[in-house]
Amino acid sequence: MSEIAEQARKQKSSALWENLFRISMREAGVTVALVLIVLFFCATAPYFATSGNFLKIFVQIAINTVLAAGMTFVILTGGIDLSVGSVLALCTVVGATIMTDERLSAATSITLAFVACLGTGALCGAINGWVCEKWKLPSFIVTLGMLNVASGLARVVSNNSTISGLPQPFVEFGNLIFWGIFPSIFVIALGVVLIGWFILRFTVFGRFIFAIGTNEEAVRLSGHNPRAIKIAAFTISGLTAGIAAMVYLLRLNVGSPIAGIGYELNAIAAVIIGGTSLSGGKGSIIGTLVGACILQVLSTGLQLLGAEDNVKPIVIGTVIVLAVILDTYRNKFLRAMESRKGAQ
Amino acid sequence: MHGDELTRPRVEAPAAAPLLKLQSVGKRFPGVVALRDVSFEIARGSGHVLLGENGAGKSTLINLLGGALQPDDGAIWFDGAPYRPASPLEAFKAGIRVVHQELHLLSNLSVAENLLFEQLPSRHGLVNFREMNRRAAELLAEVGLDVSPTTEVSRLGVAQMQLVEIAKALCHESKLLVLDEPTATLTVREVDRLFEILHRLQAKGVTTLYISHRLEEIYEVGDQVTVLRDGQHVTTRPLSGLGIPDIVELMVGRTIADHGLSSAEIPVGSEALGVSGLKLAGDSPEMSFSVGKGEIVGIAGLVGSGRTEVVRALFGADPKAAGRIRIDGEEVDIASPSDAVAHGLCLATEDRKSQGLLLEMSCAENTTITDLARISWRGLLRRKTEHAASARLVRELRVKTPSIHQAVRTFSGGNQQKIVIAKWLFRGPKVLIFDEPTRGIDVGAKAEIYELLRKLATDGKGILVVSSDLPELMAICHRILVFSNGRIAGEVPRAEFDQHRILSFAFQEYGRVRDR
Repeated sequence: MSEIAEQARKQKSSALWENLFRISMREAGVTVALVLIVLFFCATAPYFATSGNFLKIFVQIAINTVLAAGMTFVILTGGIDLSVGSVLALCTVVGATIMTDERLSAATSITLAFVACLGTGALCGAINGWVCEKWKLPSFIVTLGMLNVASGLARVVSNNSTISGLPQPFVEFGNLIFWGIFPSIFVIALGVVLIGWFILRFTVFGRFIFAIGTNEEAVRLSGHNPRAIKIAAFTISGLTAGIAAMVYLLRLNVGSPIAGIGYELNAIAAVIIGGTSLSGGKGSIIGTLVGACILQVLSTGLQLLGAEDNVKPIVIGTVIVLAVILDTYRNKFLRAMESRKGAQ
Repeated sequence: MHGDELTRPRVEAPAAAPLLKLQSVGKRFPGVVALRDVSFEIARGSGHVLLGENGAGKSTLINLLGGALQPDDGAIWFDGAPYRPASPLEAFKAGIRVVHQELHLLSNLSVAENLLFEQLPSRHGLVNFREMNRRAAELLAEVGLDVSPTTEVSRLGVAQMQLVEIAKALCHESKLLVLDEPTATLTVREVDRLFEILHRLQAKGVTTLYISHRLEEIYEVGDQVTVLRDGQHVTTRPLSGLGIPDIVELMVGRTIADHGLSSAEIPVGSEALGVSGLKLAGDSPEMSFSVGKGEIVGIAGLVGSGRTEVVRALFGADPKAAGRIRIDGEEVDIASPSDAVAHGLCLATEDRKSQGLLLEMSCAENTTITDLARISWRGLLRRKTEHAASARLVRELRVKTPSIHQAVRTFSGGNQQKIVIAKWLFRGPKVLIFDEPTRGIDVGAKAEIYELLRKLATDGKGILVVSSDLPELMAICHRILVFSNGRIAGEVPRAEFDQHRILSFAFQEYGRVRDR
């Protein structure tokens, strides 16, 4: 009897380890890569291993991390969102316009701007998703359209100019630094990542995101409506573009219609480096955070090493492709291991 | 191996030598023997007809000839030389052209480009369009297809595409033309045209191998017939003097290992599923049927007879034109799979990998996908509940897996099918529809699945099983509906089960209504 119990306990614990192993394998590779890159720059680049430098990296990482967190949801369902950069621009001018309205008190204007920023972003995202699902269009095309529409709208709202003069408390919050190394905007970004991780890992909605990316038709034939979930994923991506716009305002203190150009590509790069599959179904938001870190650490490190500005994109571009190549090998390895076990 | 070697004419071969000769040809797939020890000959210049039930091995044989598959055993001689094409291109170079049931045309290119794709006339590396269109026009004239060579293929009708395929076969002077169910989608007039062309080709000395479900028409295109059954060769003989009943007789007779099962003793209760006036499209025939509680009803019929289409429409996976559905005597409105599932109706689809499973996800995640509400609280997953539920189902269905966290991709066909069943059991439906539940799985797992179906019936569920495996249906069903050409041709109660009778029903509608 006790033998059986013992066996069951063993089995349970081995299943637990297996599970942990499986989960961590997804992020372990990129995390190791990040650590190696950081160690490399610590050893070679002057000033890299200073708290000031890490503070700078954390400041620079925040916007991309927030955008990439939302992007992860869309990519996990097998879609793509090219509009986040210009949606961010639109949200910054909407937020800045409200905050610079002299009729409102600082507190009211900040609250209103917060709601408007997130609302505008979410609305853009929801429109993206709805159009994709309603007419069964590829998200690449729809969000490419939204990229232009939002960019145009940003110009209209801002009258083609940057908007500055944000309320003092808002600017002060943006400059806040916790424990001497964590800027407030980085904490916000971490918060977004944590919430995203929680949603993907612990909610029914998160389960659906992965299931749809794995096999949308099977989800439909299991009696569910994948459309609503996919629209929600795009809405989340828009929402994080709105949050990223707030972060942008906190960091740079101006709303600008030409903010965010090319941000979508950085966000996609972070997601991909983080191990999320472009065809959906596989990946994690923690990986995305690590991916965003790798991009910024490379950029800062190369700069400190005295690399020319022209060299940076060459290295980063190579790293993106390399990451995906490595990912295919890791997947093969995992598959081989699983198949071996399945055959036992 | 080069095509030239294959096509080299053998002068020494006597004129009477067969064009194609198969000797002890065998082909196995994991868990199934598709062809076993098949030997027959096709005479030069003959019109040969190949017949057999679903799963008799016709498609496998065609794929061997067309170079899409390679035999595991035995040898094939073609035109006096050993024939072992490694690819469709080699088969084609050797002089065998297969016109598949599913057309393989490049739909965005012109008719002429499709016809001459393998050998576009060119000058200095540039396509000579004038020459290409001229030659294409000749070929089209030969098959009597009146379209411009520059027409884009996607704008043609199915029948016209079929003729383009045949014209393509002509342009390469094939020695053997294999036609797999060419008339399945054609109207009477188009069929007549096709036969005319075939006769012309046969007069020119082209040998044809013709596969069809429409037994009436084989007399018009052939003089020899080969019948396969259960992967084995039954006979090759002249068609003359052979009636349709004789042919059906030759095709039936497959047996199933006796599992000692009989569903007869499972009592049938009140109606679980009722369907009346179901129409897939506006002009398709209406059909009505019902399944009782505890009853296993089989749907037999040839592949393409509308079996899958009907169950998918029932389930709301595809739209239907009309029809009322009752579940437990109550009329329900089913417009989507989610409606169906909400009303207690579920469908285990034909293709479990692409439609049934989340292959890359775990066994646990697959079993619970049908009812996440049961393993969550306010939208939050309760993994312990999930794992316990999944582990219980895995035990109940005897799924062989080291852990419920294993990705179902790594499972064998039989275990994957059990997961599909498990996910529906987790939902607790009233009516279960199974489309080809035992396709591609081994004998042991098959028996377990039959046992499961019987257990579900005993629990009072209504069960509808679509299968190409007639003996299987006869073993597990109370009643069999036979589909033929999009309608229910017959209903056979258990007491009257007879392969002969069922197969006659299955072929029934193909002769009568050729014009659709």
